[in-house]
Amino acid sequence: MIVSHRRVALLAVLLATLMGLSVSACGSDDESTANAGDSREVVVSAAASLKKALTSYGDQFDSATVRLSFAGSDELAAQIRQGIKPDVFAAANTKLPDQLFKEGLVEKPVRFATNELVLAVPADGGDKVASLADLTGNDVTIAVGAKGVPVGDYTLKVLDGLPQAQSKAILANVRSREPDVGGIVGKLTQGAVDGGFVYRSDVEGAAGKLKAIELPDELKPTVEYGVAIVKGARNKAGGQAFVDGLLEGAGAKALADNGFGAPGGG
Amino acid sequence: MSQARWFPPLLAVALAVALSFLTLPIVAIFVDSGPAELLSSLDDAAAIDALTLSLWTSTVALVIIVVVGTPAAYLLATRRFRARNVLITLIELPLVLPPAVAGIGLLAALGPNGLFGQALDDAGIRVVLTTLSVILALTFVAAPFYLRQAEAAFSALDRSWLDASRTLGAGEATTFARVAIPAALPGLIAGLALAWGRALGEFGATLMFAGSFRGVTQTVPLAIYERFATDFTAALGLSAVLVAVSAAILMTVKLATRASPARVLTR
Repeated sequence: MIVSHRRVALLAVLLATLMGLSVSACGSDDESTANAGDSREVVVSAAASLKKALTSYGDQFDSATVRLSFAGSDELAAQIRQGIKPDVFAAANTKLPDQLFKEGLVEKPVRFATNELVLAVPADGGDKVASLADLTGNDVTIAVGAKGVPVGDYTLKVLDGLPQAQSKAILANVRSREPDVGGIVGKLTQGAVDGGFVYRSDVEGAAGKLKAIELPDELKPTVEYGVAIVKGARNKAGGQAFVDGLLEGAGAKALADNGFGAPGGG
Repeated sequence: MSQARWFPPLLAVALAVALSFLTLPIVAIFVDSGPAELLSSLDDAAAIDALTLSLWTSTVALVIIVVVGTPAAYLLATRRFRARNVLITLIELPLVLPPAVAGIGLLAALGPNGLFGQALDDAGIRVVLTTLSVILALTFVAAPFYLRQAEAAFSALDRSWLDASRTLGAGEATTFARVAIPAALPGLIAGLALAWGRALGEFGATLMFAGSFRGVTQTVPLAIYERFATDFTAALGLSAVLVAVSAAILMTVKLATRASPARVLTR
């Protein structure tokens, strides 16, 4: 087949026009949809550890359909920084919502739940790991959260409180740094690792597959969850109703049922 | 011609839409991350570890795929038997599987609690969260791309060549090595490029089956994901590097195929 120069030129012009069109279309699209929010829907970005509690709360939430998206809190914060705007951002710490608040991306955050970092082991894993001290063992494998993910940062804080030799030996046994707490739970329930640092609520939510080993009181980090309405939310009222329910009502009950503590109460 | 004047422009529009949609994200990566970011991401030791790991694990996976896949595809292409279509479908299945399913499947088969977990443990082989698990994940997701293309390439060969080779006294093995492979080479190389690209881009199955640990299991896509949360600029820079590496592989393969004399032969 012979392609004439004219046809090539035509194609090039078309291509250029289309690229221009698609770019300008994206620009105008944002403006037209930003105001026309759907009040029947609340979009919630939440920490992976909130999965069970918020899914059950979302099912009971009457005034709107709740669309939940779970990931590592730091990933969700990065999405918000990139302009992805859910109505509500619920994180596994207070640091990330506070940062976003300072950057002017969310409204003032509130604390809505507490959790506890524990050392989790597979329930059928024998007694290879029965205490924090066992994590330094020769043949022991560990999964932790990556740096920047709340569960990873809490874990680092715990290890920082240990004698240096011990924390070094524990870190040397780490085989995976997971992007969210769900990844650690998965590795544990699959028996891929012998131990991992997760939240108490994760152990309670694992249907008996995991066993929690409590950390010494002096090492326990304060695990507080913060939630905020995202600035420019499509459904601000729905988001506020969702947050209110987390503080008092169906959401608070779902959190308590799933092993979370009440805010401020410790 | 006159009754379908609208048709050629329609084709051009379709191509233009496809092109702009497919190139836009890649263009954006390079627009957002200037050469400075690209270079500074190469200055990051963890990124270099990820790149090195990605390159060598995907190379090992590709070697396995080619060594096992080429004769397997040849058999599928040159024999006619009843279960052939079933076998081809089974081999192609991983193509349409979500990576997460691949990850779960690999865990269910080779994980400590999986089908062969106990046997592997007894043999003293630890698969999950090791570099071996990365190679297995890459091989699993990438192999169908090569097998499929290789089967098609062998099927397209002129049967009379293979027959002639045998009539002239060459055995089946010699025919395979000296006639079939050279003649099917462009197709095989195209399959290799696709499989390699898929292996370099593998994310989901690797994360689930192999985890993420610098220098051991953290390939470039996993390193990009980790940076996405903490340092978007670094994530962009590393993405640009991966695009460049993948494009380089694709281009090299295309050029190699063009230069190959086998292409002339098969015509």
